[in-house]
Amino acid sequence: MTATGIGQIILYAIVLVALGIPLGAYMARVYTGQATFAQRVLGPVERLFYRLFGIKPDQEQSWKQYAIAAMVFNLLGIVVVYLLQRMQAHLPENPNGLANVDPRVAFNTAVSFGTNTNWQAYGGESTMSHLVQSAALGVQNFVSAATGMAVLIPLIRGFTRRHADTVGSFWVDLTRPTLYILLPLSIVLAVFLVQQGVPQTTDGKETAALLDAQPGTPPADARPGTIVSPVDDQPRDATRGGVNGPASPDQGGRESPPVINQPIAVGPVASQVAIKQLGTNGGGYYNVKSAHPLENPTPLSNFVECLSILLISGALCFTFGRMIGSRKQGIALLVTMAILLVPFVALTLQQEQQPSPALSSLSVDAQASALQPGGNMEGKEARLGISASALWSTTTTAASNGSVNSMHDSYTPLGGMSPIFLMALGEVSFGGVGSGLYGLLIFAIVAVFIAGLMVGRTPEFLGKKIEAYEMKMASFAILVPVAAVLLGAAFACLVDETYTKALSNHGPHGFSEVLYAFVSQGNNNGSAFGGLTASGTFYATAGGICMWVARYWIILPTLAIAGSLAKKKIVPPSSGTLPTTGPLFVVLLVGVVLLVGALSFVPALALGPIVEHLVLHP
Amino acid sequence: MSIHPRVTARPLFDPAIVRRAIRDAFGKLDPRRMIRNPVMFVVEIGSAFTTILFFHALVTQAGDASPGFIAAISVWLWFTVLFANFAEAMAEGRGKAQADALRKARKDVPAVVLSAARRDAHRQDKPSSQLRPGDIVLVEAGQIIPGDGDILEGVASVNESAITGESAPVIRESGGDRSAVTGGTTVLSDWLIIQISARPGESFLDRMIAMVEGAKRKKTPNEIALDILLAGLTIVFLLVTVTLYPFGVFAAREMAAAGGTAHTVTLTVLVALLVCLIPTTIGGLLSAIGIAGMDRMIQANVIATSGRAVEAAGDVDVLLLDKTDTITHGNRQATAFFPATGVTEAQLAEAAVMASLSDDTPEGKSIVVLGIGKLGRAINVPEGARPVPFTAQTRMSGVDFDGRTIRKGASDAIARHVATTGDPHRPGAGLPADVRAAVDNVARRGATPLVVADGGHVLGVVQLADVVKDRIKDRFGEMRRMGIRTVMITGDNPVTAAAIAAEAGVDDFLAEATPENKLTMIRDYQEKGHLVAMTGDGTNDAPALAQADVAVAMNSGTQAAKEAGNMVDLDSNPTKLLEVVTVGKQMLMTRGALTTFSIANDVSKYFAIIPAAFVGTYPQLEALNIMRLSSPASAVLSAVIFNALIIIALIPLALRGLTVRAAPAAVTLRRDLLIYGVGGLLLPFPFIKLIDLILSGLGLA
Repeated sequence: MTATGIGQIILYAIVLVALGIPLGAYMARVYTGQATFAQRVLGPVERLFYRLFGIKPDQEQSWKQYAIAAMVFNLLGIVVVYLLQRMQAHLPENPNGLANVDPRVAFNTAVSFGTNTNWQAYGGESTMSHLVQSAALGVQNFVSAATGMAVLIPLIRGFTRRHADTVGSFWVDLTRPTLYILLPLSIVLAVFLVQQGVPQTTDGKETAALLDAQPGTPPADARPGTIVSPVDDQPRDATRGGVNGPASPDQGGRESPPVINQPIAVGPVASQVAIKQLGTNGGGYYNVKSAHPLENPTPLSNFVECLSILLISGALCFTFGRMIGSRKQGIALLVTMAILLVPFVALTLQQEQQPSPALSSLSVDAQASALQPGGNMEGKEARLGISASALWSTTTTAASNGSVNSMHDSYTPLGGMSPIFLMALGEVSFGGVGSGLYGLLIFAIVAVFIAGLMVGRTPEFLGKKIEAYEMKMASFAILVPVAAVLLGAAFACLVDETYTKALSNHGPHGFSEVLYAFVSQGNNNGSAFGGLTASGTFYATAGGICMWVARYWIILPTLAIAGSLAKKKIVPPSSGTLPTTGPLFVVLLVGVVLLVGALSFVPALALGPIVEHLVLHP
Repeated sequence: MSIHPRVTARPLFDPAIVRRAIRDAFGKLDPRRMIRNPVMFVVEIGSAFTTILFFHALVTQAGDASPGFIAAISVWLWFTVLFANFAEAMAEGRGKAQADALRKARKDVPAVVLSAARRDAHRQDKPSSQLRPGDIVLVEAGQIIPGDGDILEGVASVNESAITGESAPVIRESGGDRSAVTGGTTVLSDWLIIQISARPGESFLDRMIAMVEGAKRKKTPNEIALDILLAGLTIVFLLVTVTLYPFGVFAAREMAAAGGTAHTVTLTVLVALLVCLIPTTIGGLLSAIGIAGMDRMIQANVIATSGRAVEAAGDVDVLLLDKTDTITHGNRQATAFFPATGVTEAQLAEAAVMASLSDDTPEGKSIVVLGIGKLGRAINVPEGARPVPFTAQTRMSGVDFDGRTIRKGASDAIARHVATTGDPHRPGAGLPADVRAAVDNVARRGATPLVVADGGHVLGVVQLADVVKDRIKDRFGEMRRMGIRTVMITGDNPVTAAAIAAEAGVDDFLAEATPENKLTMIRDYQEKGHLVAMTGDGTNDAPALAQADVAVAMNSGTQAAKEAGNMVDLDSNPTKLLEVVTVGKQMLMTRGALTTFSIANDVSKYFAIIPAAFVGTYPQLEALNIMRLSSPASAVLSAVIFNALIIIALIPLALRGLTVRAAPAAVTLRRDLLIYGVGGLLLPFPFIKLIDLILSGLGLA
């Protein structure tokens, strides 16, 4: 770890909190229906929506109605995304003439964007038309994020209401944050990114004259957009039908004319990048996401994009504190999230700063010194360096963002284990917008239950008694992602597709790739380790199912808990009540999250990154 | 400072109970019973599965692992199940011994059924088992009362030792708060006409036997919630171990492709890992903790109608306590003399004692005790003295002798008395100003002033006050630290009530209490989210008892009160409420602590088993064997043995329960997290190592 690296991280934390406090307060105003500036400007749009769809904004729903509304809305969204992909060749806004998307990839992508996962079993610029990018994926970037937030709000109301049968209106909770939170923030961020040099256009490509013209046969994997060819990127065979004509490997050997121009894919990049960062979506415009210089051109853009990953998820803690009337409670949850994240940032930073033993044995000097930052630079953008890459890789997996600015596959074994572990914790350290906090609250319910027993009281959290029904739902919500990940990875180990097609690395590293794929999808993260071909039948289908199950089977029990809590009375606190704002509670909550995460995934990690590390450092 | 429920002399491991428990442990292996406990059911299936693997390995000689290893694992897995069953049987055994004694009292007895509630009514003999509610029976001296009921007529002394264990007879009479009788108790003198109120098989004694035996034991709400969590964890660990097999297949296949050896993890090791990971410690002891909690209540002579009620007692945060008998000693007592101007304390004391010598009321006796204490000598009734008893008209009592008329009474009564008698020094006057001031002072303190006069001469004031029980204030302080509010209920006026409340250190009081405002108060507290406990004995307490979350009825009370409450205190001691709360808390705390301990244990088991399971595939994993266990087989076996033995080791804790300390929740949690959380994390390491040393030392693995 270098001083610059640590300095960057401290600066990051300070700016995050400084922006999070006012944003959290603002979001609380939006959710409680207090007037805001955005509402004065966009209020007519909100009311227009309600009139168009016949929604009465003050008509509240029971948790079941709320859940049905959320499910139907998300299902429709997924169907639309699927159909648009399958028909893109016949639809407008397809300047590069891309073909219809393969049905399995289309299913995987539709679920992926509907569930706020944004796992990409395809290469963005070479698979999806502008129409799909903006009308299907872009729209889902907004509404899947808003759905996550819309599930959190009833849970908060569950804590504050007493003897209530309703938990709010899904339509209002979906519309308001989209209009008043996500839209303004992403406009601000998009404008900033355009200023930094990110393209925002309806054109398909720019053509640049190559300084160093390539004679004859182009390399097999020449693809549009890879001007610096930063890394060996994932989903290899998903790159069919690029703008430069077919460039599949089987044509690699054929003669072709000399290349003097390179087409560079452009499009509505800035707007897409803004919302994918803010809404913890993560599906980049380009295949290599934010490692691409057009997605992430400057150090400043990198800092701001990285900040956007945690911004809303972190700020929601303050929103929570305000809405339940105990800011300390919000801070306790934010501190919990931070404590869960920081050791993993440190681990990755420390590991990546080490020279790779494989290179050291070849007498390559990769020690940090006055002349070079050193460390494991494989798979990292030279422009960004180790600290910015390590910070991004851990924050993007702590939050269920999944965008990357370096290739996690090339990390050292333990450096790459941090992202896996952070996802495996259930995306509760910051996590997805809304989903991270409600996930953490589910863990808090379990922590409070055990703690309540230990102090000899029927456990209560924020004055609400935690009883068998809540435990049933909470256990279910915790069980679902664990089951999705472990079963998905287990089946992957048994299908031939893994060994014949998917794996590019073998042994423990190959296992890490498989595990990463399912940990990422089973926790709705969406980042890719890389190295794994995930567009095959098994991976596209199983991954789609994992993402679906992990998202909605957590949303349903969460809303059920919200409904059940809203019905209960509020027990006034006494000295017999366990305080849930102090360090003791934070330690307990961190312990429960870590223990559940560790106990579920340690054996798998032992067979992947840990054994790989032990092989590398005998 | 800790609060212990009353502990009886019965030892934890009574040899008779242990023998019976060992036998029962095998009987409980029936899968139809085991399925009620999902965690241990999984262990039983695992044990059966490894047993099959053993026979398979024995026959084919090419089984899952070496037959000896599978046999050892399998035996210890069976032990794990048996140990858990033994814990439950131990907890039940203690109750069963008591139930046997109670059953003797329940034998069928002849009953004399009357056609009407008169002694001379038509009689008919019937066995007690055929009595129906509404039947009227006559029980005479020496007979056993054939069923629960209310006395319609008669007064008798009754021996209730069969139920309460208390040998001194109690008086039962028609009307009032002592009209309930219990079947199986014996009338010692006189006779009673009783209306039967319980169907055969549903009597108090039957309920008590069922309760003690744990036969009708339903899981309590918290137990159900915890069961769900444990089942959830069991499924998680089932997934972890089941998926480990394909993961192992992957590793073996990749190693084989790279030219290595294709070792994969054995099913026996996976079953062993599963059993070690699922929360068997708490799963095995959970029902024992519940039964033991009920048992502790019974030891304290409190019969709860359900485990739910005991558990709710732990949640109670408002205690409604009757002033009389709970907070103060039953009656007011003389505590001070305030002589009038010109009168010495000795003169006042002497007169007061004389006026009280023939007064048999507790107040009168207490004046004598206090007066003799002040005077330092005994006082005898003078010859020819004529006691003047208290009457409702005069509202005074006293003594006449040698022409003196000494009176004590309420201040207005004495004022009227001296006005008519005439004070030789101040004829026609009422009470002197200083006496009036003393009267007001005493009343303001919540005590009762009695004025003493000799003829027309007012000598001074005797203060009668409620005497708060020893240590009760400390007790309430402990309650407060645990977050429990204490509320005193009294029929006194607000001034008196406030004074006593301050002295006893309760948080709140209800003065001039009526059944209605008691009920309202309970509802108010419940509306605000509190859980309320109270005690009561009278029929007019019944509505409030029914409304309260935890209601302890006194055994001496009416049938209505006992029906309305969810616990009956056989000792009829209202202070017992505090113990009831403690036992309830203890049950929850013991469960919480063992759950934490059980889960924390898993970390060490991973360190023992994971390297052992995969070291064949990846020799580098030996680095994770931080305990340096001697061999993979020994490592797995040591973890399994530890997992089984820890259940036995924790049986005493499960049966006795954690010590409840009077401390805020945060302090209790911090301490217990350190002991059971951090302790649970670290403790298994040395013990697994020790078992491994023993195994390898004996050359067993």
